[in-house]
Amino acid sequence: MSVRAARVTAPRRSNRRLKLKPSSVLIAVFLFVLSMYFLAPLYWLVVSSTKTLEDLFGTPGLWVGKTLNFGQNLERLFTYNGGIYLRWLGNTFLYAGVSAVVATGVATLGGYALAKFRFRGRNLAFSLILGAILVPNTALVLPLYLLMSRLGLTDTAWAVLLPSFVSPFGVYLARVYSAASVPDELLDAARVDGSSELRTFLTVVLPVLAPALVTIFMFQFVAVWNNFFLPLVMLSSETNFPVTVGLQTWNVGIPSGAQPVLINLIVTGSFVAVVPLLVGFLLLQRYWAGGLTLGSVKG
Amino acid sequence: MNSSLAHSKTFRRSRRNRIKATPYLFLLPFATLFTAFFLLPILYALEQSLFTQHRSGLGLGTPTVRFSGLSNYFDVFRDPVFYQGVGRVVLYGAVQIPTMLGLALLLALLLDTATVRFKNFIRMAAFAPYAVPSVVAALLWGFFYNPRFSPIVQVMQALGLGTPNLLGPDAIVFSLANIAVWQWTGYNTLIIYAGLQAIGPELYEAARVDGCTGIQMARFIKIPLVAPTLILTTIFSIIGTLQLFNEPLVLKQISNSISNVYTPNLYAYYTAFGNNNYNYAAALAVLLAFVTFVFSFGFLRLSNRAGDS
Repeated sequence: MSVRAARVTAPRRSNRRLKLKPSSVLIAVFLFVLSMYFLAPLYWLVVSSTKTLEDLFGTPGLWVGKTLNFGQNLERLFTYNGGIYLRWLGNTFLYAGVSAVVATGVATLGGYALAKFRFRGRNLAFSLILGAILVPNTALVLPLYLLMSRLGLTDTAWAVLLPSFVSPFGVYLARVYSAASVPDELLDAARVDGSSELRTFLTVVLPVLAPALVTIFMFQFVAVWNNFFLPLVMLSSETNFPVTVGLQTWNVGIPSGAQPVLINLIVTGSFVAVVPLLVGFLLLQRYWAGGLTLGSVKG
Repeated sequence: MNSSLAHSKTFRRSRRNRIKATPYLFLLPFATLFTAFFLLPILYALEQSLFTQHRSGLGLGTPTVRFSGLSNYFDVFRDPVFYQGVGRVVLYGAVQIPTMLGLALLLALLLDTATVRFKNFIRMAAFAPYAVPSVVAALLWGFFYNPRFSPIVQVMQALGLGTPNLLGPDAIVFSLANIAVWQWTGYNTLIIYAGLQAIGPELYEAARVDGCTGIQMARFIKIPLVAPTLILTTIFSIIGTLQLFNEPLVLKQISNSISNVYTPNLYAYYTAFGNNNYNYAAALAVLLAFVTFVFSFGFLRLSNRAGDS
């Protein structure tokens, strides 16, 4: 990645930047406006989470309020209804973390097998998995609910976790990465040395696939963190909700219960729900870029 | 000597057998979970959709379930609510998908040129909304649309441009589409950008030697080479579009333009959990999946044909 970036940018920069063409001004303006579009709602969220309810209604949306109320908003968020929000946050971490770990392991094993072994049924298996990516969620979640309720698992963590262990997209990614970055010679060398297939996988293949593992983990973590439909259908007790479902119950509560305080809670709750992923994104930036750039794995 | 030869033969054979079994063993955990939580539910939905609920005279008491063949499907085919829902999501997709992918392609191409500055910042800004759960994104944009808070309305009023009703029946499709554009443009940009990065530098060198301008380079080299990526992202977008659920469910609280049956997915959800008619909901879900396949493969055929000619 860095090698390629250096190769492409270094020679061009020096001679291009001197000429400032009108088209490049236009492009700069376009990119600036577009960046503002992406950031404005997040900026609004940061500003609004510091406002009192009166300021939310009474001051311009894109500017700070009269009183800085962030601390109190947080305190109210974490204590409202016996601290239910913290419970939701914990549930979200649990669902996303456990699902992502298991899904990554299972998908990597499968994707590696599909990429590096020739066996009967390989193409069928891969087509089935690819086809599964195309299946709409509804077609799965409604019958899953009925199956889970037969097993007595609805309204438990398992109802959210078990389906989230399956990541067809993860298998697809693992297959592509394995095909691109695990040389056959490496496997043959390990086999000649008498290494068992499992040991080869754990000691030789996994280190090579490390960037792919991080990518698959992140995709699944984000998918489960942001998931709404599955937990909405499966869970009925407030104490089992993830943040997304919890916030929606507050949202539904605004008009009917006439509780304006919920607006404050939703704003601050949204802010807190977004922060962990945004921080994670910034810290793991190179994995997103590196993971999505297939060619870079080779070097 | 002899024994060691025999030993090495059996050793080799057992090793080969082991290698033969290995891929199946490696696939086993995924295959098990996949069967239980992907294939089985689909089959179960198919089965459920072949039964109908019958309620006794007053509609009280537990309804009985009887096998009824394809009658649920015939009912869905005659159900205007289903067609209206599909019509709405198709309109929504017609607005959202070209806007989002057009922006994503443009952004990826610009990020791929050397002259653009602050690339890292732009990339992160575009990608940030992907970190926002769609429920939160809908809540956030809801505040931007809600006339009581809306910064958009505040700015337009300050400029003397009147008070737009962003939640009204005409605007709501665009307001919903905007949420998805906001949320997914950066994600698609990164995927397309990754495709652009994978293009070998030799091609660019050759083009530069031939005197290609930046725009020509984009048109004749970059876009054709990332076409497969664009097709893939379009198909994923079609799938996401037809499943539209979270955003209308959230905005329903503040907009009268969104009903309980606004999208097919909402319709299936309310049929199952509002009316407790799982059988009809199963038929709706299966047909929605079918519609999704038709659109996805239809698009794939279309793009293949365009690629051939």
